Amino acid sequence: MTWKTDTHTGWGRVHSTTGELARPERQSALLRLTETITAPAIGMRRSYGDAPLNSDGRAIDMTRLDRIISFDPEAGLLEAEAGVQIGVLADVLAPQGWLPAVMPGTGFATLGGCIANDVHGKNHHIDGSFGDHVESITILLAGGQRKILTPGRNKDLFRATIGGLGQTGVILSAKLRLKPCVGDVIMVTEQRAADFDAFISLLDNSRATYSVGWIDATAQGNALGRGILEEAETGAGLVPAPKRAKSVPFNAPGWALASPIVKLFNALYYRRVPKTGRTLVKPIGDFFFPLDAIHNWNRLYGKLGFHQFQCVLPVDRKDDLREVLDLIARSGLASPLAVLKRMGPDVGDQPAGMMSFPQEGYTLAVDFRNRPGAEILIHRLEEMTADAGGRVYLAKDSLARETRIKSMYPEHATWCDIVNKADPEGDLKTDLIRRLDLRTAQ
Amino acid sequence: MTPNTQETWIILGATSSMARAFARSVAQDGAAVLLAGRDMEDMQVFALDLALRGAILAEAHAIDMRDNTGFAPLIERAQQEEGQISVAVFTGSMPPQSEIDDNPELIHGVIRDSFTGPAEFLQMIAPEMETRGGGQVVGVGSVAGDRGRIGNYVYGAAKAGFHTYLSGFRNRLNRSGAHVLTVKPGFVDTAMTWTVDGMFLVASPENVARDIRKALRKKRNVIYTPFFWWGIMSIIRSIPEFIFKKLSV
Repeated sequence: MTWKTDTHTGWGRVHSTTGELARPERQSALLRLTETITAPAIGMRRSYGDAPLNSDGRAIDMTRLDRIISFDPEAGLLEAEAGVQIGVLADVLAPQGWLPAVMPGTGFATLGGCIANDVHGKNHHIDGSFGDHVESITILLAGGQRKILTPGRNKDLFRATIGGLGQTGVILSAKLRLKPCVGDVIMVTEQRAADFDAFISLLDNSRATYSVGWIDATAQGNALGRGILEEAETGAGLVPAPKRAKSVPFNAPGWALASPIVKLFNALYYRRVPKTGRTLVKPIGDFFFPLDAIHNWNRLYGKLGFHQFQCVLPVDRKDDLREVLDLIARSGLASPLAVLKRMGPDVGDQPAGMMSFPQEGYTLAVDFRNRPGAEILIHRLEEMTADAGGRVYLAKDSLARETRIKSMYPEHATWCDIVNKADPEGDLKTDLIRRLDLRTAQ
Repeated sequence: MTPNTQETWIILGATSSMARAFARSVAQDGAAVLLAGRDMEDMQVFALDLALRGAILAEAHAIDMRDNTGFAPLIERAQQEEGQISVAVFTGSMPPQSEIDDNPELIHGVIRDSFTGPAEFLQMIAPEMETRGGGQVVGVGSVAGDRGRIGNYVYGAAKAGFHTYLSGFRNRLNRSGAHVLTVKPGFVDTAMTWTVDGMFLVASPENVARDIRKALRKKRNVIYTPFFWWGIMSIIRSIPEFIFKKLSV
């Protein structure tokens, strides 16, 4: 009665898989399940590629274990079950003066997923990544033993779990250090950046708590790298409640994102913001999770799905970044969804997790509809990233190749040792892990 | 709920996902919530969650539909609260029909969980609701109760009994100003239906909770959720018995 055969995909919908899923609604049901079976946990499947897939195997859907376990409004500490969605936490906490310290671009991501991918947000340049704000993690190890991980008590396993792609065990719950906020309203200042150099300089000089850039990945020549920088601070005030989300009811046809249409859309979108810039006041969700207002927006890419490529390049490799952008623009394959952001240095003395993606530099994320040419382009982008000393984000990836990825993550070998000890049978492996052979050190 | 009046919701079967969604919805509006069910550990965690979402009070109470010893203490606890007392019934059990066919004794548990247990509780709390004048009752039945089908007619019979009970109970409480809503959900994405094959048009527990709240505001008597199940069940109910007995819908 517990396992059902289900066909599902990651957010990009390029790969689909059929496997056995269980979705316990109570801790007792989960514990009964894991007494005999070790399987990787999955959440809302907002990772784009094959990170949340386990072909022909089993996975535990954690989305119904979504309760807040404790909240200390004085200290700003919160403990919740792994299936709780970050957007829900933001909604509950903001009126009380707190926010999750780091929030990814979708509020639908679960707490467990945010830890397992060590996600980052629009304040990375100040506050670091999600894992930098995790006080403790309660995990179910392969074999069914429950363990509390903290940086003080078992630092190695703790750091192997943050960004650890679910390979150390099933994350049951976690305690987070929250970030104070003024209220549940956000003031957003938007300004145009006319070209690549202007954009980089705006990003470098931004002092805002939250900042993110939309980039026109189709603009070429003098306009290469143009976009809009959004900078924001939380505030108190009254704004109309967010509208109820709309939904994309079916797959869009292929021509909907053809190159001329995207170019036209981007040109209009760029001009949406006046030359002199502007400041808007919005509900926080509209700024942090802009695409959540359209459910199933991934259907806009049609039935073949799409790839997202996200890399980070070091600060001193701006020229390589320009080349990356140039190649994307000339390919004509990009969609309107492209984001450029400055990442800050580690906030601690080392990255939060051994396999954490963030490093200081510029991170670029671009969506490509799944069509001929996209795969070749992404492979080339991956090469350029590797050559520039950058990294590819595994939560987004479905195409990267083994050797390059391993060399991008300096602590990979140590991580391998730890996860192979924690899960010697390899029961927690997912399609991503197998594709990149990530459990074998280079 | 009138402004400045506290509303205390007793949630029977509080560990089901539909009950959780409903409890969260009333908690956000500042209700007091008394969770009642068997898994105390689970409900205690959930009570904290509700308090953080806005419930002025949230407690877990052990209760088993098959053993009425827990009924009176829970009612006494609710009596300590001022304002309206309301009850939402989410209890029910649905072992596969084939298991019941093999072991007919299981029928008693299904009837107890889905019908006579909650009915007994409602009988016990009715005088208090009548004294206070007002309050709301949500009884979750099922489209399965609209017609006996080969796949789950014992569960269906229990829910049909509960529907009829609620109809009479509504008539009774209406005289003192309380409102009774019968809810007939179609397929809902819960642990009960997780591995059931052949489901279509599946609703999320959150959508069901939203429909229930809306129906309470409008003082509806009987609703199907999602609404289109009214149409589906009208067709199924209208099939003549001599044909229906040959179908396996």
